[in-house]
Amino acid sequence: MHYKRLTILCGHYGSGKTNIAVNMAYDLRSQRDTVAVADLDIVNPYFRTKDSQKDFEERGIRLICSDFASSNVDLPSMPADLYSITDDRSLSVILDIGGDDRGAYALGRLRDAILTENDYDMYMVVNKYRPLTPDAESTIEVMGEIEAACGILFTGIINNSNIARETTAEDVLDTVGYANEVAKLSGLPVVCTTVEDRLYDELKDQISPIFSLQLQAKLI
Amino acid sequence: MSDKILMKGNEAIAEAAIIAGCRHYFGYPITPQTEIAAYMAKKMPKIGGTFLQAESEIAAINMVYGVASAGKRVMTSSSSPGVSLKGEGLSYLAGSDLPSLIVNVQRGGPGLGGIQPSQSDYFQSTRGGGHGDYHMIVLAPASVQEMAELTVKGFELADTYRMTSMILADGTMGQMMEPVNLNLEVKPAPEKPWATTGTKMAREHNIVNSLSLVPEELEELNFKRYDRYKVIEENETMFEEYKVEDADIVLAAFGIAARVSKNAVDEARKMGIKAGLIRPITLWPFPKAPFKAAAEHAKAFISVELNMGQMIEDVILATESKRPVTLCNRAGGMIPDPKQVLNSIIEINGGAK
Repeated sequence: MHYKRLTILCGHYGSGKTNIAVNMAYDLRSQRDTVAVADLDIVNPYFRTKDSQKDFEERGIRLICSDFASSNVDLPSMPADLYSITDDRSLSVILDIGGDDRGAYALGRLRDAILTENDYDMYMVVNKYRPLTPDAESTIEVMGEIEAACGILFTGIINNSNIARETTAEDVLDTVGYANEVAKLSGLPVVCTTVEDRLYDELKDQISPIFSLQLQAKLI
Repeated sequence: MSDKILMKGNEAIAEAAIIAGCRHYFGYPITPQTEIAAYMAKKMPKIGGTFLQAESEIAAINMVYGVASAGKRVMTSSSSPGVSLKGEGLSYLAGSDLPSLIVNVQRGGPGLGGIQPSQSDYFQSTRGGGHGDYHMIVLAPASVQEMAELTVKGFELADTYRMTSMILADGTMGQMMEPVNLNLEVKPAPEKPWATTGTKMAREHNIVNSLSLVPEELEELNFKRYDRYKVIEENETMFEEYKVEDADIVLAAFGIAARVSKNAVDEARKMGIKAGLIRPITLWPFPKAPFKAAAEHAKAFISVELNMGQMIEDVILATESKRPVTLCNRAGGMIPDPKQVLNSIIEINGGAK
């Protein structure tokens, strides 16, 4: 993938933003030396980029994250080093934003700096198999709510349609039309379709561009 | 295209409730069940239903009482400390023989505790929660699919027996995402001739009330209620057995603990230890029969729980103390891993052989 200095991931609650953020950080680290992941989720105390902290340390990726993420302290708090994201322009940052418009309010804090610098992409992560975004119209509705909350406009769509580990190649192929419809209605490009690594070989010649994901969440 | 969608356990409960015909939800936010309220807030206004964030858990449960009196399917949801607050309302619902669905996505306690998963409200759910002689039907899902299915089942049982059904889940079940098939079969709700829907001057008044000033009559009400409970114990007990038939060591676990235990059973079998699992799906009524049967051939039982040992008492009762029952547990928001459970199995078995 090609990355601007800031890559912002927003989307409907549970659309897969955190998984993509972690994988993009690994990809970005292979291209650049000073990479950070910023976890600005103020909605959900569970399943955070912080769960990948050890991996990040091993790969030399900085984590900008509230001390209270993945802890028992259920506070909607921002990281203490939040302004590194916009002030330290030597950093390339993947921003993992909380779900829906409620999550995107946290990003609004950085809006002026982000728009002034103007070296960012903001991607809408979509999953057709989520109950409240089953079609392009409902997805566009959520997009509008997020843009209104953070004051920044999207620049692209990431199609992350999946039903977790049961996803088949066909399930992904069936959502290409949906992603294209979201793109058509929003006037934005589908930046990539994300697929679990086990499906990558089967799909790489059928979908373009495609981005392979290693799943982070644990199986119980 | 897949006939499944990807849902959080909490969302599955909310959507299944809507599918079951519930159009009235009252709640107050608390982690880790807030997605239920959030989902209802988005969905109910679009389908002509009521979502109301009450001023407290106590207000919410009394709103449930009101809608239940009018004979409509109604629910509230909370997590452990919030369910304690609802305790009085649960007793009043029982005393008035009203059907309703209550969801408890448990977190570690006691007190305010933490937000991580727990099963430490087993006693509270199966022994009452509020005051007085009563039971709730307590359903313990172990997958997101079951979160949906047991929600529908909970409404049906509540209506059939005029009592409260509780979904007893935990933070993990509420938060985890899994594929779900929402083609759920819903039986039509039974007639509710007792509901306070207005007489239209065509019938006697219906009265919904838990106050009874004549002790002989109150005793009779209690007797009748327990006759009904007996029917439920006979007809509605649900459980899953996994490799129990020839098992020497039988695990007892529900919800997330059962998923961990299943992995441990498989690992133990690989080592040549005959392990099995009984997973109660109804915690009340507790499935006594499979435990009694397993006690005929098993050497020992292990109760695997996310608490300090609560269901273990029912396992001891159900096996009639014929075999030793030990506890394998974590508490306070921690989850036992399959290795810990496996080690318990090996220890009880007296080694790997």
